Amino acid sequence: MSLELVKETWPGKIFTITIGATAAEGGTRARTVTLGGHGALPFLPGDAPSPHPPLVAMEVMDVVPPDWPEHLRAPLADVLASPADWARKCVEDCGADLVCLRLQAPHPEWKDASPDEAAATVRAVLQAVPVPLIILGCGHADKDNEVWPRVTEAARGERCLVGMAVPENYKTLVVACLADGHNVLAEAPIDVNIQKQLNILITEMGLSADRIVLHPGNASLGYGLEYEYSIMERIRLAGLQGDRMLSQPMLAVVGEEAWKAKEARLPEGAMPAWGAEALRGPAWEAATAAAFLQAGADMVVLVHPETAATVRRTITELTKGSAA
Amino acid sequence: MFVIGERINGMFRSVARAIRERDAAAIADLARRQVAAGAQALDLNTGPTGDDPAEVMTWLVQTVQEAVDVPLSMDSPKPAVVAAGLRACRGRAIINSTTGARERLDALLPLAQEFGASLIALTIDERGIPRNAAARAEIALGIVAAAVEAGLPTDRLYLDPIVLPVSAAQDQCREALEAIGAFRSLCQPPPHILIGLSNVSQGAPNRPLINRTYLVMAMALGVDAAIADPLDRDLMDALRTASILLNQEIYAEGYLQPQPAA
Repeated sequence: MSLELVKETWPGKIFTITIGATAAEGGTRARTVTLGGHGALPFLPGDAPSPHPPLVAMEVMDVVPPDWPEHLRAPLADVLASPADWARKCVEDCGADLVCLRLQAPHPEWKDASPDEAAATVRAVLQAVPVPLIILGCGHADKDNEVWPRVTEAARGERCLVGMAVPENYKTLVVACLADGHNVLAEAPIDVNIQKQLNILITEMGLSADRIVLHPGNASLGYGLEYEYSIMERIRLAGLQGDRMLSQPMLAVVGEEAWKAKEARLPEGAMPAWGAEALRGPAWEAATAAAFLQAGADMVVLVHPETAATVRRTITELTKGSAA
Repeated sequence: MFVIGERINGMFRSVARAIRERDAAAIADLARRQVAAGAQALDLNTGPTGDDPAEVMTWLVQTVQEAVDVPLSMDSPKPAVVAAGLRACRGRAIINSTTGARERLDALLPLAQEFGASLIALTIDERGIPRNAAARAEIALGIVAAAVEAGLPTDRLYLDPIVLPVSAAQDQCREALEAIGAFRSLCQPPPHILIGLSNVSQGAPNRPLINRTYLVMAMALGVDAAIADPLDRDLMDALRTASILLNQEIYAEGYLQPQPAA
């Protein structure tokens, strides 16, 4: 007996966004990436083929958290001091589709680096790699507002994705991105109503709704994953139902939260039953990423090289047979 | 909630003039303004015209689809005029309308099939306008059966419970609302249920107030489409608010802000 699959059709479509700009487009990237364009929930090519499969971005920092576990430091040890080298390793060794540069050093409680130093880091990374950039601030509102305009100017025309715009602090970032031709990453902490409101506020400033990528919050396996999963799913369903203020592609920052989990960090001696410490972290990061891909993430930001390889295999498996 | 903008209708004097003078810019402007205000489709009605109505319909379709990319509703009692519009239409089309009368169904169901169009069906038949909800449901059942028999997917069917002016047939406003629930249970997937909203306030003062009050009542009972005036800002605000209250759209403080076109 043949089984007829139920097909679901949706009135809405997720916006298509390109990150990066080639020389012809006013930037210097050798390649750009395009995400979104979906007419159905993820990995259901029978409902509607997705033109753009999810992407792997790898995180690069201008200063490494002092409490990073040894198993995370080890594979990156030779590049941790240089964001440009780190970025090059992500692209050349790990095949990252994008580099996600986190400018943590300007934070007053970290290195209190100047906006010019941050801009120099951005220039160095842009020169080191051919792929598009995601640029994240340090999360300190006042300092971010000093840094963002210098950073977006340094990357002018490169069509980066810059964040994070949050409800309490989005105006300076949006103005800077409008001026220098970047896309905006908008973050609402696990709250679909606030995410929608933030998007409305950003578009009211003149940035079109198809230049926003959503970051619906931070979580990892065992630590709020199901909350973020359900919010991402709800956002995607609303977008597919035609809500233009929730029709944006989504990004999940996976590494940061996954490596905070005790399951990823506790030494083997403390918890022998959990198995080899070297495997646990990458596994925790990859499992978190896999869940967010199912929830609709268009990009996952990863840290560990092994995780990147695992997640890429997962994406390949999940998109197998889907005619793009 | 699917809003079909009603303003391109030759019954309006300014539209009649634009049709008479083939003023494409005026028609295109009216199309763009309705879509910008939230219409997801546009109704096209030639109104009484001295010219060949099929030719006028063709011109309206061509003019409007140059300006906007939304489904177009061919609104005419004459199947030949509807067919002319369907032939000219590049995108998705809606036929407005059949009734439950056999002769109309036989003429329009094949057209819907041929052009892949949706079909609006008024629940009236040879006997005229039904007196109550039960009689409306009986006609609706006949329409659904005919559609299924003809192979038209029921999610392309828009059943209209016939809204009458409150000033002339007050009891019928409630009968039409009561028919909505009955329509929903007729088939799977359920048919769409559409109301020709502005009819309810025909001949009454306070027309916008009556229209928007009736719209939210109908939405609460399951109406998911309306032929209405999207340029009535209060009406569209009431519609958006009702969508929020019915959990059909996600709430945000600024939910009344106009959304960018798809």
